[in-house]
Amino acid sequence: MLGRLTLDALPFYSWVAMGGALVTVLGGLAIALVITMMGKWRYIWSEWLTSLDHKRIGIMYVMLALVMLLRGFIDALMMRAQQAVALNSDGYLPPDHFDQIFSSHGTIMIFFMAMPFLTGLINIIMPQQIGSRDVAFPFLNSVSLWLTAAGAGLMLVSLVIGKFSTAGWTGYPPYSGAAYSPGVGVDYWIWSIQVSGIGTTLSGINFIVTILKRRAPGMTFMRMPMFTWTVLCSSVLMIFAFPALTVVVSMLALDRIFGMHFFTNADGGNMMNYVNLIWIWGHPEVYILILPAFGIFSEVVATFSAKRLFGYPSLVYATAVIALLSFTVWLHHFFTMGASANVNAFFGVATMVIAVPTGVKVFDWLMTMYRGRITFHPSMKWTLGFMVTFVIGGMTGVLLALPPADYLMHNSTFLVAHFHNMLIPGALFGYFAAYMYWFPKAFGFTLDARWGTRAFWFWVVGFYIAFMPLYALGFMGMSRRMEHYNIAEWQPFLVTAAVGAVLVLIGIVCLGMQLYVSIRDRDANRDTTGDPWNGRTLEWLAASPPPPYNFAVVPEVRSLDAFHEMKQRGEAYRRPERYEDIEMPKNSGIGVVIGVAAGVFGFAMVWQIGWAAIGAGLVILAALVVRSSQEETETVMPAAEVKRIEDARFAALSASRREEVAA
Amino acid sequence: MNRRAMPERPDGSAVRFFLRAGGAAAVLAAVVVLTGCSLVSAPILDPKGPVALAERNLLFTAVGLMLIVIIPVFVMAGVFAWRYRAGGPGKYAPDWAYSGLIDAAIWLVPAAIVVALGVALWQATHALDPYRQLDPTREALEVEVIAQDWKWLFIYPEQDIASVNELVFPAGKPLSLRITSDTVMNSFFIPALGGQIFAMAGMQTRLNLLADAQGQFMGRNTQYSGDGFADQHFTAIAVSEADFERWVAEAGQAGQGLDMDAYAALATPSIAHPVTYYSDVEEGLFDAVIAKYIQGEGHMAHARSASEGD
Repeated sequence: MLGRLTLDALPFYSWVAMGGALVTVLGGLAIALVITMMGKWRYIWSEWLTSLDHKRIGIMYVMLALVMLLRGFIDALMMRAQQAVALNSDGYLPPDHFDQIFSSHGTIMIFFMAMPFLTGLINIIMPQQIGSRDVAFPFLNSVSLWLTAAGAGLMLVSLVIGKFSTAGWTGYPPYSGAAYSPGVGVDYWIWSIQVSGIGTTLSGINFIVTILKRRAPGMTFMRMPMFTWTVLCSSVLMIFAFPALTVVVSMLALDRIFGMHFFTNADGGNMMNYVNLIWIWGHPEVYILILPAFGIFSEVVATFSAKRLFGYPSLVYATAVIALLSFTVWLHHFFTMGASANVNAFFGVATMVIAVPTGVKVFDWLMTMYRGRITFHPSMKWTLGFMVTFVIGGMTGVLLALPPADYLMHNSTFLVAHFHNMLIPGALFGYFAAYMYWFPKAFGFTLDARWGTRAFWFWVVGFYIAFMPLYALGFMGMSRRMEHYNIAEWQPFLVTAAVGAVLVLIGIVCLGMQLYVSIRDRDANRDTTGDPWNGRTLEWLAASPPPPYNFAVVPEVRSLDAFHEMKQRGEAYRRPERYEDIEMPKNSGIGVVIGVAAGVFGFAMVWQIGWAAIGAGLVILAALVVRSSQEETETVMPAAEVKRIEDARFAALSASRREEVAA
Repeated sequence: MNRRAMPERPDGSAVRFFLRAGGAAAVLAAVVVLTGCSLVSAPILDPKGPVALAERNLLFTAVGLMLIVIIPVFVMAGVFAWRYRAGGPGKYAPDWAYSGLIDAAIWLVPAAIVVALGVALWQATHALDPYRQLDPTREALEVEVIAQDWKWLFIYPEQDIASVNELVFPAGKPLSLRITSDTVMNSFFIPALGGQIFAMAGMQTRLNLLADAQGQFMGRNTQYSGDGFADQHFTAIAVSEADFERWVAEAGQAGQGLDMDAYAALATPSIAHPVTYYSDVEEGLFDAVIAKYIQGEGHMAHARSASEGD
């Protein structure tokens, strides 16, 4: 009846695991309780969960990402603590638990922190930046969100019911096969990334179509803001790379459930095939995460240098070249698998070539600052911190691209330091810069700069203290994923790294404080103009937060920095003569239904509960049929209502202008 | 229209930013210097054989070349951010956004560095191909390596002995390894000598190493493989020819043979397996371990599957 699921699945095997499960369950209950006490369920359901508004979907994505950031970071802290104490001892975590933690840390940070953060930011900003009222497929957008949430939900459930994978975030067979990992752990990994991965593919399609079809009149490709360009390239990578992940993980699932032999040695299977396929997804994935961050840095550096972006065409071509090359380098993740010297050398050279367009970008940002007028907003600080830190990661990346050097560094903590050195400054700092830059656009008030600055310093310094020792430990021969060790010289470095992790923790606390202080003082920090930073792109044209339709009249674009140019010409806030009715998507709960059913399906597949899997599959099918046969999926906002909203907006605008003059 | 007035007075936040950045850099520099001292003897920076030495030297060359790009980034980031801060001394040119000369330089200089590094990479990758014999004129010591849960078995086919978790070989004589796995994917690595290469069931990989002088080196599996992974290390010992002969003779008197049954017993999972010697190794054992995975059976029948709880 319940497949493999029995009472033994509860985490009574260790107090640490028990604690994690309790925190998860109590946290969920506490949130539910608060919502119930405030009587907000109906509001949350009808205004948020069922919303097809790209801005609200984006905000929910970012909230999911921040929750998962906490979970993933706790994993990191636990690993650092374990390695700091585990010299010739088992520390406080048994191997079986330590292994789950490094596997879930990687899986969460890539799939359920970075991806939703990124997708959320794109959702909030990109349509506004191209002067559109929504994404091309609002309902599909909701489905993507709820599939991602379902995957994240499975991750959290694995903490309470059963165990998570011990096979690392890339799940190499044969270790991840049924023979060596017979439990449910690898299945949790498979189904959580499978469900969310499909959501990502759908998001990629949605973003591409939106950018290709929904740009405001006059916005040619070479007038698209840099962030939109990077989103376009990143989305192309999503739809080409994620199917590879879907396929390889499906094959692994078939191996595990039905005893097939794609990746086991029998009957012509081969584990090396898995390694190839996972990295054909895995390498472009790095650029899926980093390219939009490059776009964010481009926007931030131009705005806070109060200057046009230097070398825009170069930046566009560099982005496209990186996207293309990202599919030609996957083999550098396994130079040590015994390929011939010609093969290794080819992929080594291809990898180094990517450093050229990346370097071009860094210099373009620096030249944007040159002869600018730089204000040190926290977003600008994240950008400066990124540039200095990221080039170090780029350098160690080129070192690892040299196959003979990689033979020494592969699987070492040097490698761990390298990819954190790419993804933390290259992706996460970018997302934080975006969070502090665009927060007023999403919520109508600015974030506190002092706490933002504190968060920045603790994150940057913490990053160096945490990861520079790992570079050194790589030179000293320490492998990644060691639950304990017997070499005393390593310990001071690992203790230092743990101190760095604590500094990052303080950085995270600062982020929390920033949010708290900013909400508390929101009335003092209202963004009444919609343009708090003297922005250059169209998202700053609308009010903060924008009305549901973003733009009452779709703006006409005449140059690259469209909004900046409008302000120069004095046309930015011109009142239109008349307003028109605006069609908007109706809210729909079907996305939520599909997400929940997909989560149940994944859970049923993990525990091999056949009837539940079939039932959940039928629910998804039925939901799609119902949605397809709905006739009226849109609602019309009458021109009078638009006028009312816009009149209020103009009244607020002139009031704030009077205030400015008076000041 | 509605543009916030840009601050014209010196911006205090810029000054604070640079003071803090300076402080942070000083702390980090101190940490780097302190750690640098203890890194002098790190196995990868202080190699004990020609392979690791060549690999390390390539690393140093690449760092040197890349500093041509990295140092200007550091300098420009600092100087530009300071000079062009709002209220700072720098000129303001809000519409200046292109220069053909700069554009050419930022594409071509990194490209030239990559070309130079690419040539070095191509040559080094071929010269340091782990399959390549180090010195074809000299006879190498052949050792067959089998990764097991969670230990390393070294078979000396010519000497007809085998050892667990101890690899002894003469210093100055090329060491030629054939490597496979009788479990999940492993990776064989001796940091001070060079490496590494994957060990995979049903397949054979090769590694050629050489130790310049006598000494003891840490070797281990670097590819995560389960509960005993952390303890899956061994000692590589480079000795004189005479000591090697003596060691072979001693191991040969170990008394236990390594036939198929003894091998199966050894292959069951064990953590921190003590150093053990075998004599009378079954002929073709290494190839038999590989063949086991190529026939239809696969590792479903493997002893480990039952003992590995979830």
